[in-house]
Amino acid sequence: MTTRRLAVVTAGLSQPSSTRLLADRIAEATQAALERRGHEVVVGVVELREHAHELTDNLLAGFPSPRLRDVIDTVTRADGLVAVTPVFTASYSGLFKTFFDVLEADSLADMPVLVAATGGTERHSLVLEHALRPLFTYLRAIVVPTGVYAASSDWGAGASGGGSLQRRIDQASAQLAGLVDASAARGPIDPFDDLTPFERLLSGEDG
Amino acid sequence: MQFGIFTVGDVTPDPTTGRTPSEAERIKAMVAIALKAEEVGLDVFATGEHHNPPFVPSSPTTMLGYVAARTERIIVSTATTLITTNDPVKIAEDYAMLQHLADGRVDLMMGRGNTGPVYPWFGQDIRDGIALAIENYHLLHRLWREDVVDWEGRFRTPLQGFTSTPRPLDGVPPFVWHGSIRSPEIAEQAAYYGDGFFANHIFWPKEHYIRLINLYRARFEHYGHGRADQAIVGLGGQVFMRPNSQDAVREFRPYFDNAPVYGHGPSLEEFTEQTPLTVGSPQEVIEKTLTFREHFGDYQRQLFLMDHAGLPLTTVLEQLDILGEQVIPVLRRELDGLRPPHVPDAPTHATLKAAADADSSEVAAPPIEEAATVGGTLR
Repeated sequence: MTTRRLAVVTAGLSQPSSTRLLADRIAEATQAALERRGHEVVVGVVELREHAHELTDNLLAGFPSPRLRDVIDTVTRADGLVAVTPVFTASYSGLFKTFFDVLEADSLADMPVLVAATGGTERHSLVLEHALRPLFTYLRAIVVPTGVYAASSDWGAGASGGGSLQRRIDQASAQLAGLVDASAARGPIDPFDDLTPFERLLSGEDG
Repeated sequence: MQFGIFTVGDVTPDPTTGRTPSEAERIKAMVAIALKAEEVGLDVFATGEHHNPPFVPSSPTTMLGYVAARTERIIVSTATTLITTNDPVKIAEDYAMLQHLADGRVDLMMGRGNTGPVYPWFGQDIRDGIALAIENYHLLHRLWREDVVDWEGRFRTPLQGFTSTPRPLDGVPPFVWHGSIRSPEIAEQAAYYGDGFFANHIFWPKEHYIRLINLYRARFEHYGHGRADQAIVGLGGQVFMRPNSQDAVREFRPYFDNAPVYGHGPSLEEFTEQTPLTVGSPQEVIEKTLTFREHFGDYQRQLFLMDHAGLPLTTVLEQLDILGEQVIPVLRRELDGLRPPHVPDAPTHATLKAAADADSSEVAAPPIEEAATVGGTLR
């Protein structure tokens, strides 16, 4: 049995928040799917609301506070990531984006990511495809094919019917679990790991 | 151990009065600060180089030549010289000229510069930053050590039969530091040449710099310049002092809160907790500075940032008095006392000249076949 670390980033602002609710449902389903594949799962949940001031400070000062550093490490050292945002003004929320803005370049490279979003109506569901997916593709993460969008009405819809929320959660979580299972446990990306010796720098090979 | 100050040369409104000094006032203030640094017993004055407002020091050798002419003892230096966007030939010439005028009281700190548009303004591309720093410095290093240089590279027009004039004073090039806040490649570069490595750690937590400096030290040893703990390390610092700690905090807070680099972000208390910034009594500055040695090992140069964020000149001069009278003598005694005998001081023109003279007399003395092996050191 091997251990896999699953990070969950949730950017809901109200408490309780439907964004957190969706994040928890996805995390449970992914954990269960990984356990069926024989892994022990450690889940680390990051509520960005608790770090909103620290994220702004990071933008302005250029470095994270020790508490935010720990949170960043939880995410960048995970083997898989569930990223959930409310839809604000036609996209992910500013708080959600700020978190990914302060990460070091490449720190999510090759990371399996499940994208999910919540909104008041179904009309925003393509935010997964036109906002979240390109963001993580830019970061060179591996985004699972199924994203999960939950509108307010989904929370009252029955389990029957092909498009039910739980079915989408199960489908996306199985895809994430498959990717996490197939890849070796991810270590932290460290710029000091592959130092370019000076002779190679001098001959024009950048670090 | 060398102690000094480094200035960014920003023209920033004083947040307590709203008054902005003119460029002329700021330039003259920088000179007054440099002269004061010598008066209070500091060893180094270093100026930044910038090519965009609100910064005034675009022409470091002009300023440093003037400072050198009006001082007797202090080393004039840079923090940093833009090795990426300056022509290395012009750096070789300008700083060799300065070296002659200042009787050798000159060294330099190379830096890449982080202002995006400066690169295209000078015909370069910021994405080539590391490659420019590597190639340009390699040429500069040769221009100061070889009388006639043939050279061809990626970034500059080729040279055939070029001699940079004047030649370095006494045939000894100025000592060079390489400044970096985050790039392992620059630590590697400094280690390769046996040059100094300056980690300006004033805006970030120490953990990152411990790794950067340890990398430099390990590679310095790898390249055969001495043991890791003999590598030449410089560090930044940032302080504001009053006899009573609470007075220092009260007076400095508006400057901190509105500072161009970190203002409106973390609180003064958070920033002093997480970075080298010390706002308090001279004793608190001494205690905090002594922790640098614990984190980074015995080091050779400590530069303080004293004059940014709109602090008025009179305040800065008072700060330098406190620094020179109450802080530096204690730090000098403590750090020199703690340093083991095998750890060297930062090289100066005098020590480099003495080493070169010793080398050349060694080369002259032994039989020819042994002498051929002596010239291989990089410095």
